Amino acid sequence: MKRPLPTLFWPCATLALLIALNASVNPGFLTLSVRDGHLYGNLIDILNRAAPLALVAAGMTLVIAARGLDISVGAVVAISAATAAVLIGGTLNMDAGAEATSRFPLWFALFAALGAALACGLWNGALVVGAGMQPIIATLILMVAGRGVAQLITSGQILTIYYPPYFYIGNGFLAGVPFAAVLAAVIIAAVHLALKLTPLGLYIRAIGINPLAARIAGVRARPITLALYAFCGLMAGIAGLIVSSNVKSADANNAGQLLELDAILAVTLGGTQLTGGRFSLAGTVLGALIIQTLTSTIYSLGVPPEVNLVFKAALIFAVMLLQSTEFRATVRKLVTRPAD
Amino acid sequence: MVHNASAPLLEARGIGHAYAGKPALAGVDFSLRAGEVHALMGQNGAGKSTLIKVLTGAAPLQSGSITLAGEPIHPTSTLAAQRLGISTVYQEVNLCPNLSVAENIFAGRQPLKSWTRGGGIDWRELNRRARAVLAGLHVDIDVRRELSSYSVAVQQMVAIARAIDISARVLILDEPTSSLDSDEVRQLFATLARLRTDGMAILFVTHFLDQVYEICDRITVLRNGQLVGEYPSAELDQAALIAAMVGRPLEARAAEPPRSVAAAHAATPASTPILSARDLARRGCVRGINLDVRRGEILGLAGLLGSGRTEVARLLFGLDRIDSGEIRIDGAPVTLRVPGQAIESGLSFCPEERKTEGIVEDLSIRDNIVLSLQARLGLWRRLPAAVRREITGRLAHTLDIRAPDLDGAIGTLSGGNQQKCMIARALATDPKLLILDEPTRGIDVAGKQEIMNRLTTLASEGLAIVFISAEIDELTRVSTRLIVLRDREQIGTLPGGATDDDVYAMIAAAAGP
Repeated sequence: MKRPLPTLFWPCATLALLIALNASVNPGFLTLSVRDGHLYGNLIDILNRAAPLALVAAGMTLVIAARGLDISVGAVVAISAATAAVLIGGTLNMDAGAEATSRFPLWFALFAALGAALACGLWNGALVVGAGMQPIIATLILMVAGRGVAQLITSGQILTIYYPPYFYIGNGFLAGVPFAAVLAAVIIAAVHLALKLTPLGLYIRAIGINPLAARIAGVRARPITLALYAFCGLMAGIAGLIVSSNVKSADANNAGQLLELDAILAVTLGGTQLTGGRFSLAGTVLGALIIQTLTSTIYSLGVPPEVNLVFKAALIFAVMLLQSTEFRATVRKLVTRPAD
Repeated sequence: MVHNASAPLLEARGIGHAYAGKPALAGVDFSLRAGEVHALMGQNGAGKSTLIKVLTGAAPLQSGSITLAGEPIHPTSTLAAQRLGISTVYQEVNLCPNLSVAENIFAGRQPLKSWTRGGGIDWRELNRRARAVLAGLHVDIDVRRELSSYSVAVQQMVAIARAIDISARVLILDEPTSSLDSDEVRQLFATLARLRTDGMAILFVTHFLDQVYEICDRITVLRNGQLVGEYPSAELDQAALIAAMVGRPLEARAAEPPRSVAAAHAATPASTPILSARDLARRGCVRGINLDVRRGEILGLAGLLGSGRTEVARLLFGLDRIDSGEIRIDGAPVTLRVPGQAIESGLSFCPEERKTEGIVEDLSIRDNIVLSLQARLGLWRRLPAAVRREITGRLAHTLDIRAPDLDGAIGTLSGGNQQKCMIARALATDPKLLILDEPTRGIDVAGKQEIMNRLTTLASEGLAIVFISAEIDELTRVSTRLIVLRDREQIGTLPGGATDDDVYAMIAAAAGP
């Protein structure tokens, strides 16, 4: 039976609808301004804030496409943030004024944080591939334990970072655009190119649709799956750097909280099926932007904090209905069948 | 309105159907009477499956009309068709292997306990009814056991039991016998005969010509989506039936096996075998496997259902690990851990279970064909688009894969064409040795003939082939040597030119006291 291609039409339409909703409530929503050579505006803000989610969701897309799942990404964000914060050091050097020093060189802190994240991803992959665990259970282990690891690293405190060069990752601008957004765009574009220029995309889809057939056809599913989990961990690590740089601190308990669910939601919104197989990286990016725009919508509508979550749930419900093929078919039937 | 018994129970007029603009059926008439077994025949891609899909609501009725007992019907789903009294049992058993037999029969319609007794499923009643339904088919099994613990034949019976229990007017069987051995087929036919006596209208799709004459009263033949004709089976002999199916007289081809290739390929025994196995064994699987395959040889693995044919192929290809013994490729001992390794060593494998082990349904035909080759080339050597087009186009041409668009999803192809795609995938890696497990299963006569001819041609070009088939006559026709298996053990070797009787004699002789 032929299924239609995962078209990007509905994610695009949803995003456009949300932006239009915002623009109608807040006339200044679409305006962009340039200050000190940097672009400012609500749209730029959405791009910047969506960057960590987009990165994590991109990693998640590939894992899900190969019939996996990684619910530990939020914890990995915390581990990466904690590692970077500890290595940079948490003391403000009052003598040097605003200039603060780093305990270890910045490059070392960054590599160590990403290394820790990569190790987390490899651990997940090893549990799934090597020990044959169900992905949701395998990554549940790190989801729970990872927060503990992050707390061990930070000694149970919220570490404040005082080293200005580190702030560039989450707050800096490159050619007028927020650096985090540029970083996410470059990484995701590179992944997209890698999928286009190598047969990796074919392997992933084959593993996702029919793992047994892929194995018999000679596709080496185990190393590929392991690499995908490692990549997903690495993406969470980069997100951890962006998040901790942005808020200038590392909070083992709250950094990346519930990010795994947002990432899965972004993947779903983008048209990738959770059962594996077909996937769309571009759709996932749109999904991440939809989620961030949704959050902005809640602020711009002035929703009271106590109904914030209920309102967000209702909006997500509406968005998912809009994107559901079955629901649209039902509506179409109701509309086009008055005579029956 | 009183329904006339001799008038058709199910009648279709002028059925037309097109997939993405490509017509699969055009103006087909079909009628099925109560109390008859009616065969629907045709080559792969003739439109049999499409017609069944339209009749059972699995595909929308695009043009034409269907009447059931004189009333026009318009089933929009298989469920709707079931409610009208049309049930279908598909080629691949569509049940849940992890549920019990009884649960499978009553899934979605479980008898419930009353509120006064606490509600919930009435398991005692469920199992009792399941036993009763199966008893009607003369099947006596423990209905509480998992479905997967029974043979495919029993599973097929369970599927039929479910179908007739849901609605007992029209039963459609889409190639129910393709995975059954002859005893099981007999059992199934006895069931069909009983159902026929009870007044059931049965539509039966099969590729086995003998079976058509054994059980069917009338035959409808389709070709290229068109109706060729409807005949009482007594008035249409096999040669005429084949001619109607392929559109040209084929008596000579069908009756006369191709020239035995045994003589043509007196392989030089001195050359190093491409693949050789010594004392291969795997616990609970097979033992005592010794074989050599040289260039240009077709080694047939013969044996009855369950004799271990597929298991041997899986060991040779690295799908299962051996416990003891030795495999050599080109004279060098190898330890095969994953199929990818076997493919790199020049082996190719076309598995038996096309749907679960072969095709990757959502991928395009081209992607499916190049999958093995691309897996062998690895991550850093992507097939350029032009080469990919060339390879897939060439293989589709040589194997005569009939597809409206090679970039379309492989799931849209008929079973036979999917099978050819699997052979194309195996050949795309340019192997030294090809292992084919039941490559002709579910394929019509002409298609089988084509594949057999292709095998001999490939062998004459130097390819070594390990050929597995449940049909002994296919094996004896093309094999240059035969290995006979019985009860998961190799019992002997026969030279090319051996007859079916030689094989059966060997199996019988090994039976022991």
